[in-house]
Amino acid sequence: MDFSWVPAYTGLFLKAFGMTLRLGAIAVFFGTVLGLVVGILSTTKNRILKPIRVILKVYVELLRGCPLLIQLFMVYFGFPYMGINIDISLTTFLVFTLYSGAYIAEIVRSGIESISVGQWEAGYSLDLNYMQIMFRIILPQTIKLALSSLVGFYIGMIKDTSLASIIGYSELVRNGQSIMNQTGRPFETYIMVGVCYFIICYPLSKLVPVIERKAARYDRA
Amino acid sequence: MIELKNVHKNFGKLEVLKGVDLTVKEGEVVAIIGPSGSGKSTMLRSINHLETIDGGEILIDGKVMGGSAKQIKEARLNLGMVFQQFNLFPHLTVHDNIALAPKLNHRFEKEELEKTIDELLTKVGLLDKKNNYPPQLSGGQQQRIAIARALAMKPKYMLFDEPTSALDPELIGEVLRVIRQLADDGMTMVIVTHEMSFARDIADRVIMIDGGVIIEEGPPRQIFSSPKNERTKTFLKSILEREESVKEGLFTTAGIEIEE
Ligand SMILES: Nc1ncnc2c1ncn2[C@@H]1O[C@H](COP(=O)(O)OP(=O)(O)O)[C@@H](O)[C@H]1O
Ligand SMILES: [Mg+2]
Repeated sequence: MDFSWVPAYTGLFLKAFGMTLRLGAIAVFFGTVLGLVVGILSTTKNRILKPIRVILKVYVELLRGCPLLIQLFMVYFGFPYMGINIDISLTTFLVFTLYSGAYIAEIVRSGIESISVGQWEAGYSLDLNYMQIMFRIILPQTIKLALSSLVGFYIGMIKDTSLASIIGYSELVRNGQSIMNQTGRPFETYIMVGVCYFIICYPLSKLVPVIERKAARYDRA
Repeated sequence: MIELKNVHKNFGKLEVLKGVDLTVKEGEVVAIIGPSGSGKSTMLRSINHLETIDGGEILIDGKVMGGSAKQIKEARLNLGMVFQQFNLFPHLTVHDNIALAPKLNHRFEKEELEKTIDELLTKVGLLDKKNNYPPQLSGGQQQRIAIARALAMKPKYMLFDEPTSALDPELIGEVLRVIRQLADDGMTMVIVTHEMSFARDIADRVIMIDGGVIIEEGPPRQIFSSPKNERTKTFLKSILEREESVKEGLFTTAGIEIEE
């Protein structure tokens, strides 16, 4: 194995690393915001919101039931087909956010529904309103419960950013391909790419047990 | 004054309340007894609009319970509720469990709130647990915190739905003591309970519910020693038998009086 070419490509690796991080961060951050909104709305009981709940349900089920790669292709080929010009970065951000939003919505929804109805009743009997109960009582408990599955999903999402290389978003894998072409060292190149993913994902995976321990701290008599 | 007038409630096809009339005057302690599934909880929960009634009306201090969210919120301000399962907020400390609602409802100035919390915790004998989390407390302690939490909103009326039914027998006494103290302080209370000797001691009036209607009511002495209704007799007898068997050690269930 020969890694002597690596220093010459440090700049390119760092740039690609940054692009992967950026896509991952966007998918995680906006996906979480979107997922929280969709997840919360999905648990409402209000009759007026029924049509919205149906639409959200369709959104969540469709995106969860179809591979991310296919969704990327559909937008990548579909939009130009409809005469819409696409910007690769923007398209990628959009598809990743919608996809991760759908998954996180489901985590949030099932989390909220797992909280005992007694918590709502206690809140209402203390003269709190829906918003106060949701944001001060239900959601904090939901997030505490869902945190480790959320972080698990984030890690998966960051790994899945590699799929964006296929439609030309220049993240780690995409740049790895061109580095490989220039150096003629595929094995070493992909070791370097793998190391980059590991650097992001490993600390996150170490976070899970820390979170779980912290969450369990008050649960013992 | 809490007034129920010809209150009806259905769950789908199931008729749970079939015309309940009840008036609770200020300062009065009313005990609700009756077999499981007879509608006691539904009636109590209707009072603070945790259940929406299908017929009749409920008045709190002469104002109809129901209508807009704002009206319900206003009426609830007078009503505190204690649940069988405590329903403390597990992610908040004892202090924050009590402080949350008064804070969000701007019930007190900050200093006054802290003083009130300390007073309430002293009253229920748990000042030293102020910074603990609910899962760290015993059931009896949790229920006493739940009572303090309800009281922090300064309600005029307190509703208790089988406050000791989820407790181990040895923890029942400490909760009943707190409720008794409230009665001595003159709090108006409606208490659903299976603790018959407690009801006898504390209640001004006992209401017997069966099949979604009040079948008998009167002062505790009369209800417990000379019930008129056959079904009240049968019900009290079954409770007494259970208490006997507890004493004989056949069952370890609630229903036994611990207070001396
Ligand atoms: N949310 C609900 N949905 C359907 N049925 C219910 C609901 N709550 C109570 N019930 C039914 O109503 C009846 C009365 O219940 P409840 O008021 O809890 O009785 P009690 O408190 O006297 O034991 C029972 O048959 C119970 O199964
Ligand atoms: Mg009940």
